[in-house]
Amino acid sequence: MFRTLISRFLQGLLVLFVLFTVTFFLIKALPYGPFQTEKAIPDHIREKIESYYGLNESIGTQYTRQLGNLLKGDPGVSLRLEGRPVIEIISQAFPNSLQLGIVAMAVAIVIGIPLGVLAAWKKNSSLDYASMAIAMIGICIPSFVIGPLLAENFGRRLEWLPVMGWSPLSPASWVLPAITLGLGTAAYLSRLTRAGMLETLSQDFVRTARAKGVGSMSILTRHCLRGGLIPAVAYIGPAFASIISGSVVIESIFVVPGLGLHFIKAIEVGDAPVILGIVMLYGTLIIIANFATDLLGLWLNPRLRSSN
Amino acid sequence: MTHRALFLLPLALCLAGCQRETQVEKANREGIMLIGNSSEPKALDLHLVTGVIESKLIGAMFEGLVADDPEKDDGLPPGAAVSWEHNDTLTGWTFHLQPDGRWSDGAPVTAHDFVFSYHRMLHPDLAAPYVEMVYPLKNAEDYNKNRRGKILLTAGAVPNTSWDDMKDVGFGPDAKVDLAPLGESPKWPDLTDDAQRKLFVTAKGLDALPAEALEWILADPAGRYSWPVGTFMAKAKALLTTMAGKASDDLFELAGVGATAVDDYTLQLELREPVPYLPSLVRHYTWFPVPRHVVLKHGKISDRFTPWSLYPNIVGNGPFKLKTWLFHDVIEVDRNPHYWNAANVGLNGIRFLPIENPYTETRAFLSGQLHTTYQLPSDLIKEVRETTPEYLRQEPYVGTTFIRINTTRPVLSDTRVRQALALAIDRQQLCDYIMEGYTPATSLTPKMGSYEPDKVLSFDPEKARALLAEAGYPDGSGFPRFSLLISKPAARASAEAIQAMWKQNLNVLIDIQNKDWGSYISAQQSLDFDMASAGWIGDYLDPTTFLTMWTEGNGNNNTGWHSDRYEELLSGAALEADPAKRLESLRQAERLMMDEYPILPMSWYSRNYLLRPEVKGWHPLLLDNHPYSAIRLEP
Repeated sequence: MFRTLISRFLQGLLVLFVLFTVTFFLIKALPYGPFQTEKAIPDHIREKIESYYGLNESIGTQYTRQLGNLLKGDPGVSLRLEGRPVIEIISQAFPNSLQLGIVAMAVAIVIGIPLGVLAAWKKNSSLDYASMAIAMIGICIPSFVIGPLLAENFGRRLEWLPVMGWSPLSPASWVLPAITLGLGTAAYLSRLTRAGMLETLSQDFVRTARAKGVGSMSILTRHCLRGGLIPAVAYIGPAFASIISGSVVIESIFVVPGLGLHFIKAIEVGDAPVILGIVMLYGTLIIIANFATDLLGLWLNPRLRSSN
Repeated sequence: MTHRALFLLPLALCLAGCQRETQVEKANREGIMLIGNSSEPKALDLHLVTGVIESKLIGAMFEGLVADDPEKDDGLPPGAAVSWEHNDTLTGWTFHLQPDGRWSDGAPVTAHDFVFSYHRMLHPDLAAPYVEMVYPLKNAEDYNKNRRGKILLTAGAVPNTSWDDMKDVGFGPDAKVDLAPLGESPKWPDLTDDAQRKLFVTAKGLDALPAEALEWILADPAGRYSWPVGTFMAKAKALLTTMAGKASDDLFELAGVGATAVDDYTLQLELREPVPYLPSLVRHYTWFPVPRHVVLKHGKISDRFTPWSLYPNIVGNGPFKLKTWLFHDVIEVDRNPHYWNAANVGLNGIRFLPIENPYTETRAFLSGQLHTTYQLPSDLIKEVRETTPEYLRQEPYVGTTFIRINTTRPVLSDTRVRQALALAIDRQQLCDYIMEGYTPATSLTPKMGSYEPDKVLSFDPEKARALLAEAGYPDGSGFPRFSLLISKPAARASAEAIQAMWKQNLNVLIDIQNKDWGSYISAQQSLDFDMASAGWIGDYLDPTTFLTMWTEGNGNNNTGWHSDRYEELLSGAALEADPAKRLESLRQAERLMMDEYPILPMSWYSRNYLLRPEVKGWHPLLLDNHPYSAIRLEP
């Protein structure tokens, strides 16, 4: 067990290193830089700015400097929001992304898992077909369609909720972005839960339990739920990481001051320190989420423990 | 949280969200204006930015010598200056500052702040991207481009010699010398042998050399640097000694940049050429002051980025001061009690919301979260006009959309071809159906003040076909398949319309090529494109804001086109002190350029946006710089 942990940790470090290197060289391969603007900056000024930020040095020097900075825990300053430390940007934006991600994940779980259990329990009934149809729609319709639809109807027409804006302390401002963001995940979760539950429900021990006269509710919750949720749980970890990192569309539609907007804007201009800072953060999150999922899987599924 | 509580959550959220009073109503009560401002500003340091969104924020927190008039484009109400006068040649201007002018920390705004501000803007080490805006100041360009030799020689700082003696010396970099053998970005201390050093100094030129390099040459001037024939080595030595001695000095004083503080409240500006529109020009934020005492508290004059322009350090001389700044969320300003005209400021504060998505912004406005929007997407204009026409604003704006042509491409280098392409576009249709509210362009510069360019552009498919045939492509046969470069999604519709018009009127087929913003810009700057859809917004109300960019080597030209005659006309206009004659030269220059069609103007901009009726004191303005001090909320 301990050895597995250590090896996973080292694997994670290796992945982060490769991620950093690949991202760095991809940024440097962009055909433009942060100081190539629509209104052209005079050459003598641009050269000066570039030398100020060390962009005129050789790629190798820039690479080692950037890597060194990162190892020291400071990715440097933004070139787009000139001079602002990447740490400041992330520490301002990440809590919002995280909060949105947690609420969206809660939405996904609250909608997705009961829907999947219900569909599996009433297999091939109209309830099953209806919930799976909803799930299919949830998967197929992209958030840039759902978001404006929700905002237009619940925000503008019914005036129940604000159409945009984010306030960490006002739950009303979380609702629409969290639903928009969580819906797709909810749909996947319900399908995975349904599949997992169906598989468990067809096991021999379920038949034995039935034969012994255990009530169907008890079979569902006490005997099957833990095993049936394994596929869904395996999905939750990576889904959580992708919800946090993939909310740029939602952030734009609902004006949530999260990391996604910084990320996209930084890519648009080739703002290397910000891109690298955010990529490394996302990478770390995904590695942690996967690891946590594995641990959770071990706890849920004793069979894995013996084979390991 | 228990399961039951989780299920109740949505209901609780909804109840919390059912507000009776909209945000605009609340803001009306508090006297706060809510403004959609499109995007996060790059910075609030007015020396570091070039954009329009930054100008709105800077306009709330700072004030130039001359203020914006809320109603008239040509109104020049006093700002930081009470009054001003100029000499006969329009090259010397004196501004008398407000005796009550105060920074938002209570310190007086003095002429020294203005001189400091221009000094900082022009400082070679600060590298202000928009510095060319203040080049009209005498000697500003030499100082900013760090022409150290010229400055020292002209100022008489070098004994026994003068600029006339030495002007052919290689002060600037020599592009013909290849530095590659020295490796990537070589530095003086790393170079050891003389051959390497010699290559380095020749390539860089004297102005860019550190003191050690100059001293190295001084040890053997004739052998280590190439001088123009007939240079006296004694003079060269004197020059090198002076340059080495002052290599790390700031040459602002010696350069004689044309900005001086006569006394605390009198600012004297000397210009390199007559600028009749100077009062209008100084309304641009590049001419605004920065607080010397605050900037220097947080760093040196030449430090590119210091916390002086961040909350809570930033201090301005405008009607408002910074209260909150959250990335991609809000920038809020509230009253500056020290503002000289604070008694007449109508608002208690402004919240600028950086809403990137124009559809979200429109939705926010219509549900009562904004007083005004930054933009209205053209596909929503019709709906707004039918449902809530009282909010719709469509106002002329000094900007032009055009197609930039790479005149270095074969076929496109033929003026007849470019003219044919121009004549085959029906601009009226474009404006009626796609660029709603825009006006068909008949030349590049929109009408401003007393300047009106000749009407060159029209829709004439007959003539277009004839010209194309004359150029060797009758009925479009054999015409190469060029592509039209676009970037913004909004540009696609008009690009497709133009594609169809050329197919229909000339039987010429083009492709539309979409690139991300950075690649789109860089393709144009490296002339790696055929045609590109583009736009230009004027910075001030004078035709030069549209015309100077088409000179040879200008970073915004990107057409490969240039003309000596055109540049003669422009420089003739620059030296002309008579405003009417000056505009006439500019009109001729514009005519000359338009007749050669390096660009195909499409339409003149309209600002399409939404505004609530309770906002008073907001009038249509060509530059769209609404002075926030004049705005009142009267629901």
